[in-house]
Amino acid sequence: MDEQQPNSVWTSNSFWKRSAGWVTGFAVVLLMFLTFDTMTQITMGTDQDLKDGITKRVPAATVINYQIGYKMDYSRGHEMPVIGKPELFFGKTWSVKEANQLLNLGKLTEQSKDCMNCHTLLGNGAYYAPDLTKAWLDPMWKKGGVMQLMTHTKTKEEAMAAFLQYPVKYAIHVRKMPNLKITAKEAQGLVALLKQMSSIDTNGFPRGFSRNVQDFKQGVSNAH
Amino acid sequence: MHTNLSVGFKSGSRKLAAKYFTVAIILFGAQLIMGLIAAIQFIDPGFLFGIFDFNISRTIHLNALIVWMLYAMIGSVYYMLPDETGIETVGLKLGTLAFWILTAAVTVVVLVFAFIQIGPGSQMSIWFINEGREYIEAPRWADIGIVVVVLIFYSNVLLTYLKSKQRTGIMAVLVADLFALVGLYLAGMFYTDNISVDQYWWWWVIHLWVEATWEVFVGALAAYALIQIIGANRKIVEMWLWIEVLTLFGSGILGLGHHYFWIGTPEYWWEIGALFSSLEPVPLIAMFVHVLYDWGKKQGYLNGQNAGQAIKSTIKNTPAMSWIVVNAFGNFLGAGIWGFFHTLPQVNIYTHGTQFTAAHGHLAFYGAYATILVGMMYIAIQKYYGLERLVSTTKTKLGIALTTFGVLGMTIALTIAGYEQVLVERAELGGGWQAYFTAQALPWFTQAMDWRLIMGVVTCIGFVYLVIDLMTIGKNANAQAKIKQANI
Repeated sequence: MDEQQPNSVWTSNSFWKRSAGWVTGFAVVLLMFLTFDTMTQITMGTDQDLKDGITKRVPAATVINYQIGYKMDYSRGHEMPVIGKPELFFGKTWSVKEANQLLNLGKLTEQSKDCMNCHTLLGNGAYYAPDLTKAWLDPMWKKGGVMQLMTHTKTKEEAMAAFLQYPVKYAIHVRKMPNLKITAKEAQGLVALLKQMSSIDTNGFPRGFSRNVQDFKQGVSNAH
Repeated sequence: MHTNLSVGFKSGSRKLAAKYFTVAIILFGAQLIMGLIAAIQFIDPGFLFGIFDFNISRTIHLNALIVWMLYAMIGSVYYMLPDETGIETVGLKLGTLAFWILTAAVTVVVLVFAFIQIGPGSQMSIWFINEGREYIEAPRWADIGIVVVVLIFYSNVLLTYLKSKQRTGIMAVLVADLFALVGLYLAGMFYTDNISVDQYWWWWVIHLWVEATWEVFVGALAAYALIQIIGANRKIVEMWLWIEVLTLFGSGILGLGHHYFWIGTPEYWWEIGALFSSLEPVPLIAMFVHVLYDWGKKQGYLNGQNAGQAIKSTIKNTPAMSWIVVNAFGNFLGAGIWGFFHTLPQVNIYTHGTQFTAAHGHLAFYGAYATILVGMMYIAIQKYYGLERLVSTTKTKLGIALTTFGVLGMTIALTIAGYEQVLVERAELGGGWQAYFTAQALPWFTQAMDWRLIMGVVTCIGFVYLVIDLMTIGKNANAQAKIKQANI
């Protein structure tokens, strides 16, 4: 039986074997091509790009020296990050070298503390704690907001750094963040990572970020 | 013509396989215990707080899962090599040494995760404590160790294949697939401060493992198992296998795009990811149909031959066959249907990063991988005791029914939790801190978490039956067979 010629190409093992080879090869080649293109698009921008107002999908570390917003873009149909005027970060403007070092420390700390196994970053990770993709833009941290009042700080970055170092002390939910022995410098690095991450063009994820939270907290209803 | 060498358990390859299977089952148990701890922490956040936090229980839950499956996969290959190549496996001494090195390394990694847990923000932590990237948290030294050990395993497989005069389609697929599987691990072994680039390559490991190379591996295992259990025709089985390779790689490789919707990567991944990942269920339907079709055809043929006589089952190993049928269902349902639920970008923008993903993960890992690997263990037990037939016991049935029911229950609970998150946290409140905790506190969510824990306990009870059955079924069947022989 096995040695007989198949009557039809559809039951021919060698036909399917060859087809599998070609289809897999084609998929791999296309993936390689797209990977090269994507890498050129998601390589971190430069400080000069920021100064020239050139939009990069992943801006340079010195983006921490600028205001960041998240606005609806009607031509794209979703929100996208908007890099605004320069602003101080932890009371200073960071040089390219300093900003790179700080972001690097933040990324190393994020991995070393295993943040991703409670939180999601860019939506990936665990689902035990809030998504951090746009945490920098969260209304919880704004001027006069809960976190600044509680931590007795005057800026968003200081409030975040204080919380990261003393998460149990500043806990507001039963499900608390544990004390991860984050140092003051590591906390600054993490905040830099969060700020830079919020400036990444995520194609509109998360959609309508924190839009209705204010209404919700005030018990607003459309009924009348 | 392909001949099956009846080497039984005289083969050193099979003895090595038994070692791998044993550690796999122990790690499977560890995975379930960690899952229970994590599930309790969702309900009572104070549970082990500050001692064994959620990120640690979840890290070990995931890593024990990945590692036990790799162990069972390596075990399965060492088990089937003598049948598929007709010769004894090459390099068994080195292979056995590699097993002990791997097991020692895994033990150290687990102990470090459990007791040292996390480190300061430095390269040292990433090299020696925790890499902090979901699924591949193993520190860099262990990464390198894993690559060395797996290369030893791979060279044994390749050299055995090349030495043998017998060239089966199953072996051709395995040799190519394992090469890709091993190579892909390297994509996860570097550090970058660019989180988009980080996640781009991280998905190369995770996705191209579980949605491409692991699936093809399962296709090859199912093909082998069907030949062994019901005596399916090799030529037909291998034809299906090539069709599966075509459709799995054809959809799965570019289906990678569905992880590139929101991580900073360009918008064209929406179209690429949506199109190809939508095709991913196609091969899973094919695998499902193929298993049932082959089974039905063989049984029908036997029934025809035995007309007028006592009709016997065509299945030589009912526990293994049951697990493989659950695999065919579970792979299609967990990977295919639950994956498709949230694979389109228009849906995924709301479901991404919710319990929806966890629901899919639970049913897919169980349905697509755990089931068939357990099936392989039952095949090994039958051969170990040289039994002509292995028949399900009550424990077999309880094991399979309770674990399957438990995982399905967890999946449904997590799906409901995810649905609530999608609607309340994402659509209604737009994500963010307040939105997240508001949705987590609503009864729809907390009740789902209660059910997840209950179903997790059911899964664990099923696992206990499974382990007892794996340890006793062969011995008992062997004793009965001897009594029968003595009576004749």
